[in-house]
Amino acid sequence: MASTDGAIKEPILAADGTPLKQALRRSQARERRAAFLLVAPLLLFILIVFAVPIASMIWRSVYNPEVRNFLPQTAAALQEWDGEDVPPEPVFQAMAADMIVGVEKRTIGRAAARINREIPGARSRMMRTAREVDEWSAPYREKFLETDERWSDLDFWRLLKRETRLVTPAYYLLALDYEYTADGEIRPRPEVYRIYKALFWRTAWMSMLITGICILLAYPISYLMATQPTRLANLLLILVLLPFWTSLLVRTSAWIVLLQQQGVVNELLVALNVIDEGGRLRMIYNRTGTIIAMTHILLPFMVLPLYSVMKTIPPSYLRAAKSLGAHPFRAWWRVYFPLTIPGLAAGCILVFILAIGYYITPALVGGDSGIFISNLIAQNMQGSSAQLKLAAALATILLVAVLVVYWVFNKLIGVDKLKFG
Amino acid sequence: MAAPSYATPAERIWYYAFRVICGLIFFFLIAPIIVIVPLAFNAEPYFTFTREMLALDPEGYSLRWFRALLGSSEWMGSIRNSFIISISSTIIATALGTLAALGLNRRNMPARGLITAILISPMIVPLIITAAALFSFFARAGLANTFPGIILSHVVLGTPFVVLTVTASLAGFDETLIRASQSLGANQSRTFFKVILPLLLPGVIAGALFAFVTSLDEVVIVNFMAGPAQTPMTVRMFSGLREEISPTILALASLLVALSIILLTTLELIRRRNERLRGMSPG
Repeated sequence: MASTDGAIKEPILAADGTPLKQALRRSQARERRAAFLLVAPLLLFILIVFAVPIASMIWRSVYNPEVRNFLPQTAAALQEWDGEDVPPEPVFQAMAADMIVGVEKRTIGRAAARINREIPGARSRMMRTAREVDEWSAPYREKFLETDERWSDLDFWRLLKRETRLVTPAYYLLALDYEYTADGEIRPRPEVYRIYKALFWRTAWMSMLITGICILLAYPISYLMATQPTRLANLLLILVLLPFWTSLLVRTSAWIVLLQQQGVVNELLVALNVIDEGGRLRMIYNRTGTIIAMTHILLPFMVLPLYSVMKTIPPSYLRAAKSLGAHPFRAWWRVYFPLTIPGLAAGCILVFILAIGYYITPALVGGDSGIFISNLIAQNMQGSSAQLKLAAALATILLVAVLVVYWVFNKLIGVDKLKFG
Repeated sequence: MAAPSYATPAERIWYYAFRVICGLIFFFLIAPIIVIVPLAFNAEPYFTFTREMLALDPEGYSLRWFRALLGSSEWMGSIRNSFIISISSTIIATALGTLAALGLNRRNMPARGLITAILISPMIVPLIITAAALFSFFARAGLANTFPGIILSHVVLGTPFVVLTVTASLAGFDETLIRASQSLGANQSRTFFKVILPLLLPGVIAGALFAFVTSLDEVVIVNFMAGPAQTPMTVRMFSGLREEISPTILALASLLVALSIILLTTLELIRRRNERLRGMSPG
């Protein structure tokens, strides 16, 4: 109809008379909105019930409010102090004022407890002084020093000055086996307290070992299933899926039943005269137990992605390579193996990430030598508020490690689709 | 099946050796689960096979641990708690997850990659970290030691599975079916319930089963979050395994093995139905 030149310059109209471009944009915006509205409930839910708690945990691991909030005037007065000599009168005056407020609001105890963590005994001294201070008058400095000569302790005041910071790396230092010295230097903790760094390494290498064993065990059976007729393959798959769907606690208790000293395996070995009564093997409540049970529990996570990739590789590729003269091993290594890498990568990342954060199985069968960093996170979570913060710091370090591993794997191989079942 | 007739002796040996190795690995996978079931029928309070059991003497077997389990109000109460938690969290997770998957697979979804990553993230973050974060957060919100607190945290764990399985079943979805339905005069809700949902159902059910099992099997979060009134069976089992081990746990464990067999069968039936619907022959 628009046959004249003038009509062509007119915008094309949609059925309702609006320009087509505008109508299209509007309808696309509507579709975007509709799509987003479908996602919105879950997104909102995950943000509030998952993302915010994680963020607040990370914040708590560096948050250090006690001194700044409960001794505000002292904190301000200490900014002027150079740390060389016993603080001047204004600092003591501020401390006295803070103490009077603190006793009234019942917050002085929390500040004292915070300082007591670093200087044992400081709590009782602070509390005692705080009870008397409202009867004193200026000058306060002498009164403080008269009551208890430890008020002249420079380490105390230096610590107080350091802890006026709202954000502190102290819990991360602790989580990596470092601590502050009295004059604010960072040094490794005494040998007996160093547990966390070693445990992080143990968690990492044991997870790698478990991932490695899972590769060794999963590869042959996935290959076997992938090369069998569908009916048999499905039957074999059930042998993988049944453990996969069985409760984690059931599988862990099965390993306790099998491996303990009076357990099925030891009884069998004794009955077969492989070992004698006195030589029963210690296979559980130690590192071996953790490795065996966790390999068993995580193995399906390696088999399933590997199998789903292998299923798609035509067997003719291997035959072609062999018919071209390749030794079977060379044919496998150069042709088949590279094609299975995506499945292998997906399996590795699943197993490794699950292993590194494992808690239940190490707690039940790990004894002392087989526990993971998660077990200490859990232990600290049941403690005081300082331990809670340490747990938050440990958890944050673990979280960063997991995200880095995930990111690196994703960059290297691209784990786009994790397949289940 | 035997090795092909043209195989060299070395290949023949490898062929059988390989099968033996695979057999051992399958044995490693399945044996622990098989072993636990007969031990639950042990007449003695031991965790190993007695002489009578090995001789298949009926005296050696009994139902006493099952009776102990079913007769204990503590165990039954905790099993009930477990089901309250898993069923409620599964319903919420399935509804939220299915809606989100439908939205994510719309052509015009804004910021799809980022949003998918956020929705899937509870699956990547180790459970102990989620537990640490949720516990402190819920404690301050007054939700620790309550059913709603536990259910909400299990919804968090369950939704990624629903999103993934429903997305997977949407991947093969033929959009022309929607247009066909609409051209035949069906309105939006009729199209959804009569055309889209039946095709999505396998994915939805699979996702719901994943969410259900995840919740039923979850120990770490409930271990912190559950008070005495909410203790689910997993926590009771966990502390039971840590302290004194009684074969009652094995009786519960064999019931759970039976449950996993039922779940596995359900999923397999769904898979077959799915393949039939898509015009492929079941294996």
